Amino acid sequence: MKIRALLAAAIAGVLALGLAACGGEEEPSTGPVSLRMTVWSSNEAHLKLFNEIADAYRAKNPRVTEIKFDPIPFESYTTTLTTQIAGGNGPDLAWLLENSAPDFVGSGALLPLDDTLAKADGYNTADLSPAATKLWQADGKLFAYPFSTSPFGVFVNNDMVKAAGQQTPAELIAANQWTWEKAVAVAAASSAKSGKAGLVVRDFDYKGWDNLSTVWSGWGAQAWSADGKTCGFDQQPMVDAMTFLHHAIFTGKALPGPGTTADFFAGEAAMTITQISRTSLLKDAKFGWDLVPLPTGPKGEYAVIGQAGLGALKKGKNADVAADFLAFFTNPDNSAKLAAYFPPPRTSLLTAETLAKTNPLLKPEQLQQVVIDGISSGVVKPSHTGQAEIAQAVRAALDPLWKPDADVKAVLGGVCSAINPLLAK
Amino acid sequence: MSTRFWTGSRRDTLAGYLFIAPQLIGSLLFVFVPLGLVFWYSLHEWNVLADTFTFVGGENYQALADDPKLADALIATGFFSAGLVVLNLSLALLLAVLLNQRLRGTVFFRTVFFSPVVVSLVAWTIVWSFLLQDNGGINGLLETVGVDGPNWLRGDATAMISVIVVQVVKNVGLNMVLFLAALQGVPANLYEAATVDGAGRRRQFLSITVPMISPTILLTSIITVVGSLQVFAQIAVLTQGGPGTSTTVLVYYLYQQAFQFHHFGYGATLSVLLFLIVLLLTLVQWRMRRKWVFHES
Repeated sequence: MKIRALLAAAIAGVLALGLAACGGEEEPSTGPVSLRMTVWSSNEAHLKLFNEIADAYRAKNPRVTEIKFDPIPFESYTTTLTTQIAGGNGPDLAWLLENSAPDFVGSGALLPLDDTLAKADGYNTADLSPAATKLWQADGKLFAYPFSTSPFGVFVNNDMVKAAGQQTPAELIAANQWTWEKAVAVAAASSAKSGKAGLVVRDFDYKGWDNLSTVWSGWGAQAWSADGKTCGFDQQPMVDAMTFLHHAIFTGKALPGPGTTADFFAGEAAMTITQISRTSLLKDAKFGWDLVPLPTGPKGEYAVIGQAGLGALKKGKNADVAADFLAFFTNPDNSAKLAAYFPPPRTSLLTAETLAKTNPLLKPEQLQQVVIDGISSGVVKPSHTGQAEIAQAVRAALDPLWKPDADVKAVLGGVCSAINPLLAK
Repeated sequence: MSTRFWTGSRRDTLAGYLFIAPQLIGSLLFVFVPLGLVFWYSLHEWNVLADTFTFVGGENYQALADDPKLADALIATGFFSAGLVVLNLSLALLLAVLLNQRLRGTVFFRTVFFSPVVVSLVAWTIVWSFLLQDNGGINGLLETVGVDGPNWLRGDATAMISVIVVQVVKNVGLNMVLFLAALQGVPANLYEAATVDGAGRRRQFLSITVPMISPTILLTSIITVVGSLQVFAQIAVLTQGGPGTSTTVLVYYLYQQAFQFHHFGYGATLSVLLFLIVLLLTLVQWRMRRKWVFHES
């Protein structure tokens, strides 16, 4: 009897909690509104600017009592965000990484922004670069604003390169010789001389393979076809690119091998490939540095961009207010302010003069060559619906490549066998 | 009226329930309810982003049976658990026997071997991840004696061994203390009698020590097996399941499915599987105690 009563109580408890977890949808309110936006930057200067913009918005909209910027560590950003959403505790607005764009845009989790942006005063949606917004659209609707469109470039430690008696990349560019062959030769020589690392593809670390698109795009290779259905790893351009890279790592010693970490910004490497938004890390650099475009590959010049979007979650209690704040946050005036840290998608702002005002560490020709040219011609890092699962499958299948005696072609064929079922989904 | 209702035995009963209430409520909220919910989720397809939660019956269980990656995860889990249990228990027992001697410095060494137990798991693992790098501390040390160490976390076998050893060194102190306590509970007169009968130290260990501490061996083996099935932080920090899928143990696979790939329903199904495995192993060990636990106090 007692056991039965206890069981009944337990089941009632489970049901009550289960129901509480399922239900709980609230009607849009007209009372005070507090908004929360998840970001992956905890940089004080970034947050100060965000808070200034938020304060200006609240001054105009007294109903909005609080706008909170909630930094989540970059490494686990998407996982944490989706877990918050799963727990019914999602933010009102969220930064989104390009690799999760297809999942978020295609799922219906985000509010379409077109109407809100069209209504906003002086917003000028025509100013948004179509190349920048492409990834964030579905069925002709814009689901997130690409607030950061940041090209990849090569940062160079000129002191280390010169100490090895090598021509600097700037000199090579002037001589029209800034090719991948030269780049790895300079990196290998600098590494041999300094005993430090040569060229580091930042955030790759033999796991974040999508960062290698900054290399293979020079061979015209791609992870998968534009429609996302055909695997590109076993195609000839990819085999050539990866053979080159494998040789540069294990024979040329131009890139640090697996399991070795080196931070360019701490003076531990001669060169690094990363996004220009990392320039701020060089504010107190103790070495002479330069920023140059990616070297040319067998297919000639190319550029790769990484993107970040800002979206309003449909499920939020105040989704309409969140979208309205998004329109304010990204209007022409505020976009100009944000351009100090995040290359904007607005063509009117993409001039060397405008960007120079807010990027004092970079020279106008660096801004023109790397940023402006990069944004107009760049290919976005690979992304696909179900990216996390594909990324994990590629990482596991690529692991055998990172050994000195690897059979490059066979490994790449294995990558395609691993991801073909996922691409077909 | 009330005095008649609150008889002595009723008051005792109430007091009893009140005493167990905190524990019971805790278990209910944090064990039984989540357990029930996990089972409930495993019957659903839950798309977090699209905000859909659809009943699919046994589909996730069918997917479990058809999942080609599950076998790899179970094999990796088996390797990890077997390696961990054997290494941990034998090392803990060896240390306990050594430190149970009346020698100078045993207190110091007990502290040294126990201290990793109280260190934060993630901090401990992160430090080891630096030591195990190709150009890290371990290989630097090996180099001084002329050995060219492997790239620990990048080789299939060495990655698994590394994860096991990092975990053993972290937790061996706990089992060591349990064994030490058990060893000190063995009456000295048994050894005296055995010495009089002419038994050597080896014989004494096998015929007196092991049977007398067998309840502790059972306890530590249950704790260690169950603990080994729950390994997560070490894998997440050291290898992220790689190279390939060689260190993708069941819990890490479950985490990937639920939190990285957003297959919460399937993740819940894997949790149910893990629960059943832990339950089964514990039951088997508990049943077997009659066969090999010679002494229960």
